[in-house]
Amino acid sequence: MATHAAFMPGAKVEAPTFWGAVASWLTTVDHKRIGILYGSSAFIFFLIAGTEALIMRLQLARPDNTLVSAQTFNELFTMHGTTMVFLAIMPMSAAFFNYMIPLMIGARDVAFPRLNALSYWIFISGGLFLHVSFLAKAVPDGGWFGYANLTSHQFSPTHSIDFWMFGLQILGISSMLAGFNFLVTIINMRAPGMTLMRMPVFIWMSFVTQFLIVLAFPAITVALILLMFDRFFGTLFYSPAAGGDPLLWQHLFWIFGHPEVYILILPAMGIVSEVLPTFARKPLFGAPVIIYSGITIGFFGFGVWSHHMFSVGMGPVADAAFSITTMLIAVPTGVKILNWLCTLWGGSIRFQTPLYFSLGFIAMFTMGGLSGVMHASPPVDLQQTDTYFVVAHFHYVLFGGSIFGLFSGAYYWWPKITGKLLDERLGKLHFWLMMIGFNVTFFPQHYLGLIGMPRRIYTYAGDLGWNFWNLVSTIGAFTIALSFLVFIVNVIKTARAGRVASADPWDGRTLEWAIPSPPPVYNFARVPEVHDRDDFWLQKHGDGHGGAPRPKPAPVTAAEIAAIHMPPPSYWPILLALAMAMMISGLLISMYQVIVGGLLTLFLMYRFAMEHHRPPDGHGH
Amino acid sequence: MADHAATHAVDVTHAVHDPNIGNTGLDHRKMGMWAFLGSDCMFFGSLIGTYLAYKGKSISGPTPHDVFDIPLTSYSAALLLASSLTMVLALAALQDNRVKVAAGWLLATAAMGLHFVLNQVYEFWTFVHHHDLTLSTSLFGSTFFVLTGFHGAHVTGGVIWLLLLVSLAWRGKLDRRDYTKVEIAGLYWHFVDIVWIAIFTIIYLIP
Repeated sequence: MATHAAFMPGAKVEAPTFWGAVASWLTTVDHKRIGILYGSSAFIFFLIAGTEALIMRLQLARPDNTLVSAQTFNELFTMHGTTMVFLAIMPMSAAFFNYMIPLMIGARDVAFPRLNALSYWIFISGGLFLHVSFLAKAVPDGGWFGYANLTSHQFSPTHSIDFWMFGLQILGISSMLAGFNFLVTIINMRAPGMTLMRMPVFIWMSFVTQFLIVLAFPAITVALILLMFDRFFGTLFYSPAAGGDPLLWQHLFWIFGHPEVYILILPAMGIVSEVLPTFARKPLFGAPVIIYSGITIGFFGFGVWSHHMFSVGMGPVADAAFSITTMLIAVPTGVKILNWLCTLWGGSIRFQTPLYFSLGFIAMFTMGGLSGVMHASPPVDLQQTDTYFVVAHFHYVLFGGSIFGLFSGAYYWWPKITGKLLDERLGKLHFWLMMIGFNVTFFPQHYLGLIGMPRRIYTYAGDLGWNFWNLVSTIGAFTIALSFLVFIVNVIKTARAGRVASADPWDGRTLEWAIPSPPPVYNFARVPEVHDRDDFWLQKHGDGHGGAPRPKPAPVTAAEIAAIHMPPPSYWPILLALAMAMMISGLLISMYQVIVGGLLTLFLMYRFAMEHHRPPDGHGH
Repeated sequence: MADHAATHAVDVTHAVHDPNIGNTGLDHRKMGMWAFLGSDCMFFGSLIGTYLAYKGKSISGPTPHDVFDIPLTSYSAALLLASSLTMVLALAALQDNRVKVAAGWLLATAAMGLHFVLNQVYEFWTFVHHHDLTLSTSLFGSTFFVLTGFHGAHVTGGVIWLLLLVSLAWRGKLDRRDYTKVEIAGLYWHFVDIVWIAIFTIIYLIP
C-alpha cells in the first residue's frame, strides 16, 4: 500500500533506481501515468503509420515508379490504415480519456484502476503482435477492412491475415475493457453536485464514445471470430461455394465500422468544445444542444453502416433507407459546427496554439463533412467508390478532424500533464506547416478521384493526366512530416527549457485547472463540490450577471491529505496481458502454447480478482 | 445559475468508506457487469443474426430438424432455467450469512450448469457421429456449432466462476460482506440463461 506520508506536502520521496522506476511504470495503476503511456505509445505508432504513408506517397510521386512492389504497397496501405485507426487515433483519444476524465469530473482515479492498466497492456500486446508480422515476413495485406473472401485461405494462404485478425481481436478486448471502465467512471465517480448536464462537453463526448465502443466492438469481434473459424477450423461463413455470402463480412464489419468513425471523431469534438470556450473566454454556445447532438450522432451512428456498401447492389429500398439516414446524421454535426462558430462570435479571442488547431479542426472537418454528404447519395457514391475522392474524404475527417482535434488537446493539456508550456512559436509553425501540408496532400486527391484514379493502386501509367497532382500530393505529405518534426523539436525543447506552467495557464473553465500542474498522485486533495457548468470559471470570475466570485474554500489540511487512500501498484495487469498474448499468439505457433497460455490466463484472472478480496489494512468494508 | 444550496446535501461518506461504491450510491462492479452484459447482447445478437441470415441457405448436409433432439434440449433448457432459481437461493442464503447453505446452492447451480454443458457435448457428439454434421459440412453446421458453442463456452466460464466462489466459501473466505460479488456472478448467470431462452426458441423451436 502506498504510504500516505508520501502524499504530504514537502515529503521527501527517495529517488528511485532506474529499475525501480521501470518497475513503477510497469505496475502503475495511476490513471495519469497510464494516460501518458497511452499517449506516448500512440504517438510512436502514429510515426510508424506516417512513415508507411510517406513511402506510399514516394511510390506514387511519379508514374511507373518501382520504389516498392505491388505486394509491398498492399502491405503498406493495410498497415497504415490499421495502425492509424486502432493504434494511433483511438489510443491518443484513450490517452485523454485516461488522463482527463477523472480530473474533469473531480475524481481521484477511474472506477477500476487495475482494469485500466490491463487495458493498456493488452493494447500494447495487440500493437506489438500486429507489428511482429514484419519480422515474420507475413505482413497483413488485405486492406484495413479486410473484405471477405480475399481473406480466405485460398487467397491469403500465409499468416498475414492471421496477424491482422488476432491483432484486431486483442485490440478490441482492450478497447471494450476500457469502455466498461470509463462508462462506470463517468456515471459513478462524478464529484458531488456534478449532474449529467453539468459535465464538461469533453466528458459527454467521451461518454457517448464509450457507449459506441462497448456496443459496436462485439460486431467486429464476431466478424473476426467467424473469420478465424473459416481460416482455422474449416467453417464456411464467407465461402460462396457453400452458399455463404461475402457480404456478411461487410455488414458485420461496417456495423462496427461506422460507429467506429464516431469513436474516432467524437473525442476530438469534445476537445474542441473545451478549447473554444477557454480561448474565446465565453461559455460554450448552446452546450446542451451540443450534448444532445452528440447523443443523436451516437444513435444514428448505428443506422448508417450500409452507405459503405452502396456499390455492392443492395437494391433500391436499402440504398434509399441508408441514404436518408446518412443525410440525417449530417444534421447534428452541422448543429455542432454552428454552435462552435457561435461560441467564437463576440468572444475576446486569444489566438494561442490550441485554438489554432481547434479552428483548423472546424474548417477541415466541415470540408470532410461536405464530401461525406456527397457520398450519401448512391448515384454519386457509385462514381466515387474506391477512387481517390474517398481517400480525400476520409482523410479530411480523420486527419483534418480527429488529428487536428487531438493535437489541439495535446497543446491545451500539455501544461497540465507535464507542468510546462509548449513553445508558442514552434506550435504555430507546427500548425501552419500541418495545415498547408495537409491541404496540399489531400485536396488534389478529390480531383484525382473524380478524374478516375482508383485507390490502392501501386502505380499508374504516365498518360492518364494524374502525374502532376500526385507529385503535389507527395510534396504535401512531406510537409506534414516536417510539421511533426517541428512538434518533436518543440517537445524536446520544452522538456529541457520550457516555460513552467501555473496550475491554470489558460484561465480555464473546468476542474482540472483547479489543481497543480502536474497534478499530485491523488488529484484532488479535497473532492470538489460542483454547483454549475463551468463551475471553476464561475468560482474565479463570478457568473457575469453581478454575482460575486464564490469565497475560496478553506486551505486543505495535512490531516485531510493523510486520509487519502490510493490503490497500490499491481503487477497482475501486465502479467495477465502477457498470458493472454501468449494464448492468442499460440494459435499461430502451437496448440500447446494455447492451452498453457489459456490456463495461465485463467489462473492470473483469479489472482487478479483475489488481490483485493480482503483489503490488508481492514479498510474497504 | 445559483442553485448552490441544492447540491450541498449530496452524501459522499460512502465514497470515503467503500471504494466500490460510487457517488450515485451504486456499486462500480455491478454497473461494470451491466455494461459488459449490454456488450454481450450485441455479441450474441451478431451471432444469432448470422444464424438467421444463413437459415435455409445450406446447399448440402442435414437440415436442423433432421438432427435436433428437442426432448433432450428441452431437458437442458429446464436445467439451466432451474439453475437460475438455485442461484437466487444462494444469494438469499448469503444475505442471511448462512454461508454453508449458500455454498450448497452455488454448488447445485454449478452442477446444473455442468450438466447442461455435458448434454451439449453429447448433442454435438451425436451430430458429428450420427448425422455427419460438422463445422464444415454446411452453413447450418458452421452457424449452429459456433453460436451454440459460444453459448456453451459462456456457461462453462460461469461454472468455473461458481466453483471458485464455492471454493472460497469452503475455505471460509466468503461471507455476507461478499454479497455483491455473488450477486454479480448471478447477473452473469441469469444473462447466460436468458440468452439460452432466445437460442432455444429461435434455433430449436421455430421451424
